[in-house]
Amino acid sequence: MIGILASVIDGVLVGAVYGLAAMGLTLIWGVMNVINLSHGAIIVLGMFVVYFLTGATGVSAYFGIPLVLVVGFLAGIIIYWVSVNRVIGRPILMSLLATFALNMIIIGLGTAAWTTSPYNVPVSLPGITIENYTFTGTHIMAAVIASVVAGVLYLFLHFTRPGKAIRAVASNRDAAELNGIPTRQVLAMAFGLGVALACVSGALIATLFPFTVLSGGAYQLKSFVVTVLGGLGNPAGALLGGIALGMVEGLATPFTPVSWTPIIEFGLFVLVLIAFPRGVFAFTKA
Amino acid sequence: MKKGLYLLAVAALLAAGPAFAEDTITIGFTASQTGKLNNDSTSQLRGFELWRDDVNAKGGIKVGGKSYKVKFVSYDDESQGTRVQQLYTRLITQDKAQFLFSPYSSGLVATAAIISEQYGKVMMSIGGAEEKTYKLGNKYLFQTYTGASQYLAGALDVLKHKNPKAKIAFVYEDDPFSKAVAQATRELAKKDGFTVALEESYSSSTTDFGPIINKVISSGADALLGGGHYADGSTLARQLHDQKAKLKWVTLLVAPDSPNFAKLGDSAVGISVPSQWEPQVTYKPDFGPTPAEFTKEFTAKYKIAPGYHAAGGYSGAMILQHAIEKAGSIDPKKVAAELNKTDVTTFFGKCKFSTDPKSHGLQTGHTMVLAQWQMKNGKLVKEVIWPDNAKSADVMY
Repeated sequence: MIGILASVIDGVLVGAVYGLAAMGLTLIWGVMNVINLSHGAIIVLGMFVVYFLTGATGVSAYFGIPLVLVVGFLAGIIIYWVSVNRVIGRPILMSLLATFALNMIIIGLGTAAWTTSPYNVPVSLPGITIENYTFTGTHIMAAVIASVVAGVLYLFLHFTRPGKAIRAVASNRDAAELNGIPTRQVLAMAFGLGVALACVSGALIATLFPFTVLSGGAYQLKSFVVTVLGGLGNPAGALLGGIALGMVEGLATPFTPVSWTPIIEFGLFVLVLIAFPRGVFAFTKA
Repeated sequence: MKKGLYLLAVAALLAAGPAFAEDTITIGFTASQTGKLNNDSTSQLRGFELWRDDVNAKGGIKVGGKSYKVKFVSYDDESQGTRVQQLYTRLITQDKAQFLFSPYSSGLVATAAIISEQYGKVMMSIGGAEEKTYKLGNKYLFQTYTGASQYLAGALDVLKHKNPKAKIAFVYEDDPFSKAVAQATRELAKKDGFTVALEESYSSSTTDFGPIINKVISSGADALLGGGHYADGSTLARQLHDQKAKLKWVTLLVAPDSPNFAKLGDSAVGISVPSQWEPQVTYKPDFGPTPAEFTKEFTAKYKIAPGYHAAGGYSGAMILQHAIEKAGSIDPKKVAAELNKTDVTTFFGKCKFSTDPKSHGLQTGHTMVLAQWQMKNGKLVKEVIWPDNAKSADVMY
């Protein structure tokens, strides 16, 4: 019994980090109807930023998180003006191609610079042991940071002027523009935020698991599942979706071979698409 | 007139072609310069390159009174079977490779072997331990490693002495090699009276072993056998340590053999690995360098001690060279016939190929050792602990 509980707790801890990654994806989708196919590659960029930061300065990976947030935000704004701005409002295929091209560029440059060998960010924190099961400190810390960042984002979106502007543009861009909101700038800011969230989740994942330049694909897929669970364009739902996905994985693994996890995960994905096309947590829509 | 000139030019090219080709023997192969097999494949590649440099420094391969310099043509297979299929075809048809080395890992060897057999090219298989590939009636494929079914026999032998009632968890990568090892070992373990507490395979790209480790703990296992390759194996070892899995015995395939495994620090202590070769072995070679000479030369060049992938690469290439020189020809049929007769000892150990048509090319001479990472005076060292006549330290259980 305790084994199942341990598995579920582990799942929830990791799920919170996946939720944070999905928040970046869903924010961009919700505000500008762009499916960011470079999301996985950007998560990997976050991993490498924290890797080189800890390697160069020797500081703990957690102190690097604010810097990752800033770097991610600035990178996001640059990416927006270079490759996304022109395709906003055009057929969806255009933005898919633009972000996919960006994905290929990041992966190509990354492979040339860092090869595809696995990297590790060495972090060690005391964990909590209950009977024979140990919850590592890094998992707990990652989940806490993910939840804090998600909370701050929620407060930002609901209680600050720029946050409210983002929500206004998301719900009706023309009306927002008529009210004097500079929508282009707001879109750029939202894209920057989305990329920053992806980078931070990447940095947190890097403290848990080894990664390569090619790791992004798997996390991007997970983000899609989480986004669908939480409701497209709904950041708060994404965090809940991530936790729910982790819980389901944690519940399933004691009873099924671990290799079945993707089947359960994507089975759930299809089921949710059929039963709740607007997402399970659509009621919390921002 | 113009046409005549063209013909003359073509004739001149044709005449000149073989004259250039005569000076070199082209050996083609792919290496995993990117992708998940990168670590182990790079070691193998270094073994090839060291051999090539040694041979060329001594004037080349001697065939019937003539010397041929060795030339490599190689590509990055990205650790993917589809790339191997395209590239081996290219190596043979466009690059005119006369002999082939295999890519690294059983799955890729199986793919490459289909191409090499189709074109009747001799391919030295290095890093392809799974036996199935050699039981398909191939004629030109020769395996230098001991087969997969023997990989964990040493670990079971140690367990039999230390804890005959051990409960074993098999946790292994879902790839042809690791599956073949696990299946063969599970049968052996049952025969030896061990309890199989858990059997779990994981996909090659797994980075989160948390759920599996929780299952291992729940199963009450005291020994874990399995793993796969470097990327997953080193991660599994690290997370077993982080989650304090309290196992008394852990043997993982491939990963702990790499000198890079020492970077894991405390997580590496006590982890054992079946190995095709270790620098401490004391084989007396019939030709080529001794184990100590090879280790010294390799370490001087690459600033890292050789693991068995590097040694296997060098020795596999050397066996091919030996066969070409003995055959006095670069004709694939004659070289293959000479390889069939091979019964030699190099610094890598004994080498003999099966000539039974049902398992042609399967390695029957080579034997393995079991190595373990131990802490000696605050430093991590890999010691040979099995078999008794080859060991450099006692088992740490």
